[in-house]
Amino acid sequence: MLDFQLIAEHLPLYGRGVLVTFQLLIIALALGLALAIPLGLMRVSKAPWLNAPAWLYTYVIRGTPMLVQLFLIYYGLAQFEAVRSSFMWPYLSSATFCACLAFAINTSAYSAEILAGSLKATPPGEIEAAKAMGMSRAKLYRRILLPSALRRALPQYSNEVIMMLHTTSLASIVTLVDITGAARTLSSRYYMPFEAFITAGLFYLVLTFALVQLFKGAERRWLSHLAPRKA
Amino acid sequence: MLHGYGSTILDGAWLTLSLALTSMALAITLGLLGAAFRLSPLKWLALLGEGYATVIRGIPDLVLILLIFYGGQDIVNRVAPLLGHTQYIDINPFIAGVGTMGFIFGAYLSETFRGAFMAIPKGQAEAGAAYGMGRLQVFFRILVPQMIRFAIPGFTNNWLVLTKATALISVVGLQDMMFKAKNAADATREPFTFFLAVAALYLLLTSVSLLALRLLERRYSVGTRLADI
Repeated sequence: MLDFQLIAEHLPLYGRGVLVTFQLLIIALALGLALAIPLGLMRVSKAPWLNAPAWLYTYVIRGTPMLVQLFLIYYGLAQFEAVRSSFMWPYLSSATFCACLAFAINTSAYSAEILAGSLKATPPGEIEAAKAMGMSRAKLYRRILLPSALRRALPQYSNEVIMMLHTTSLASIVTLVDITGAARTLSSRYYMPFEAFITAGLFYLVLTFALVQLFKGAERRWLSHLAPRKA
Repeated sequence: MLHGYGSTILDGAWLTLSLALTSMALAITLGLLGAAFRLSPLKWLALLGEGYATVIRGIPDLVLILLIFYGGQDIVNRVAPLLGHTQYIDINPFIAGVGTMGFIFGAYLSETFRGAFMAIPKGQAEAGAAYGMGRLQVFFRILVPQMIRFAIPGFTNNWLVLTKATALISVVGLQDMMFKAKNAADATREPFTFFLAVAALYLLLTSVSLLALRLLERRYSVGTRLADI
């Protein structure tokens, strides 16, 4: 009843899809993390003019669906003449650019909250020790707070990375041919939705497990000092 | 401002809300079942629960939606003729949406509920057994009421993710507020206006949910002592 012959013949299409998925994921994560670090620092600041805008940003982004954000950027911005005549238009009319931008904005909000939580959980002793050594505020952040908080954020950040891998599937809605896009193409070309999407699901499952293993390795490397002591 | 599409979008918002609530009811049922399976002493049941949670959580919601929606319809219509059914079977999108979302978030909730059950001190269940309660009585009278308190933070998170994920069902044609907004955007060529309006509605929904669940958490924490930090 199920026919995987055609799927096997079109594995290269899925292969190209995997590359597109990877490309989207890596760009979104890199941009997102670059945005998340200043945002996270703003979120732990006691100054309201720093904290409030970052709070509002993460609250709005985390409170609305990814699909709406993607549509606002990809379809929405074209509504404005000023955008269409600006130098950014060649980029903003590209689905790849818009998808990367939307994903990066989305992940930056979640990552900023993860980082802020991790910064707040810094053991007070670490900060006191740094102050006792005479470190300035900037040095304290650069040498103590950020390295320590980024490490401790790893387990939660690994969840965010996996969520982001899954989120990239939304790129197929704005015509990109990632793994899901490959499945949608095959599904409509040969009318075999079940086989096409099961295969896509398997690809994501394998990638998810690979990411889990990767982060386990990273935690062993950078968090071994926090691992429970073996009796 | 919305060119008369306001009421259509509000209709869609109502559908979004009913979809989310109905899906959540199904997800809670499947989540409890999944958690019970995973905590079962029977090995094959535990493995089954584990498999459900792992596989579903490893695949994007969108792929599962497309798989269950299109694939499910396809399979039903491949199997039906074998059973002597001749007409093409069209699955109602709302029912299919509820089934899909419930099935996906049941897996996530099974993880939340499992953790919450494990957080209950063992003595509680033992005391119930000592009173002569059966296994089901212990489960529903002792464990479930206490589990709720531990599960609320994870539940809140899942509810918010589910509410936002319902937007994806518009991709397969359910006329929720996202679908209505897309139609209005195409008709008026003002996509930003309509998607922004829908974003505001989702934000309202998530904000109200957050407040309500915070009150619920306070209600279920009555009589417990909080660590004083």
